[in-house]
Amino acid sequence: MGWNEFLFLLTGLKWTVALSAVGFVFGGVSGLGVALLRTSGIAPLERATAGYIALFQGTPLLMQLFVVYYGLALVGLKLDAWIAVAIGFTLHASAYLGEIWRGSIDAVPKGQTEAAKALSLRYVSRMKDVILPQAIRISLPATIGFLVQLIKGTSLAAIVGFTELTRAGNIVSNQIFQPLLVFGIVGILYFLLCWPLSLYGSHLERRMAIASR
Amino acid sequence: MNYKLDFTPVLDGLPDLLMGCLGTILLALCGMALAIVIGIGGVILRDSRFPPARWMVKAFVELIRNTPFLVQIFFIYFALPLAGLRLDPTPTAILALGINGGAYAIEIIRGGVQSIGKGQIEAGLALGLHKAQVFRLIVLKPALRAIFPSLTSQFVLLTLTTSVASAISAYELTSVAQRIESDSFRSFEVYGTITLFYLVISWVMMRFFALISARYFSYPVK
Repeated sequence: MGWNEFLFLLTGLKWTVALSAVGFVFGGVSGLGVALLRTSGIAPLERATAGYIALFQGTPLLMQLFVVYYGLALVGLKLDAWIAVAIGFTLHASAYLGEIWRGSIDAVPKGQTEAAKALSLRYVSRMKDVILPQAIRISLPATIGFLVQLIKGTSLAAIVGFTELTRAGNIVSNQIFQPLLVFGIVGILYFLLCWPLSLYGSHLERRMAIASR
Repeated sequence: MNYKLDFTPVLDGLPDLLMGCLGTILLALCGMALAIVIGIGGVILRDSRFPPARWMVKAFVELIRNTPFLVQIFFIYFALPLAGLRLDPTPTAILALGINGGAYAIEIIRGGVQSIGKGQIEAGLALGLHKAQVFRLIVLKPALRAIFPSLTSQFVLLTLTTSVASAISAYELTSVAQRIESDSFRSFEVYGTITLFYLVISWVMMRFFALISARYFSYPVK
């Protein structure tokens, strides 16, 4: 494997990072919305968001990408492959992060909500200033765990035909006929991306376990 | 929008798709069985007195958990022939699923074993229970109860992951769907339908696990 092939893999890595970042940021914003609706106390909204979450957690990510990819084309939106998979990952992430953050919001002691209400804080301030800062702290290990899962998940964009790291690996391995070497390197690149995050996540988890003792 | 949905190819291919569901379930069950074996073996090595074995299990777990399944399955698919093993795509996929699931199972099972306090075992022995009774009643059952929720949700995830095995054309639902799609070009209809199939499969699995949990692991202890 020459230098050019390696650079091509790095270009793929760049797209993997970009796709993960877009999915995480947009998925995070809409995931917050999902979590807030899920805990809103308004029954129809709670049921709808619960269904949304169950739908994404009960189906393979690959199918979600396929359905979004072909579904968007079907409603007449001629989108770049890149935009289509980005939308797919955003929806996926919004459901998973929504569920993680719902759990964290529920984990904040009820007394906090009651105290905020007693201080006559309105919903926005109650959430923004009292509940969410605590919930975010609680959710951090799981959120980072999901980020790792999302980065690994972007490899499935290769099957839809988007050239990120895994597909770049496919292309290179078809050129130079050394699949083991190529996928070994691809694996190492993913590992270098994910491992620090995983370590940070378990570090936070341990620290919280100690704090709660 | 002038596209008309047409489900005829899906209806024509329904027997094939249902067989594909069976393939998916079989793939998942074999993967789970292998994952449990690897998980238990890994925990024994992980807590052994032989340091290199501990490091190897640790490295294995970190490596598998921080790389995508798709890359793992490609790697195994190409590595096996070099190791002199010629396997069909489906057994290869089972192996990959087992290895992937096994890495997660090691961590989960280890947590369960660690959740049993030493004092519990000592108390059991002090009460005059047999070693076998202590293991069954004080170690195994509470440990299983502790790990059951995370282990089963990992299994549901494993079942959904089987769709990735279509990348090496193992026999399962997604690859059957891909064949129907490439014959008919009804991508949305085909994939939309099998998405629902997956939803049903994972829902049934979750209900099944919940039933087992309610039957065997519910308090008060039966």
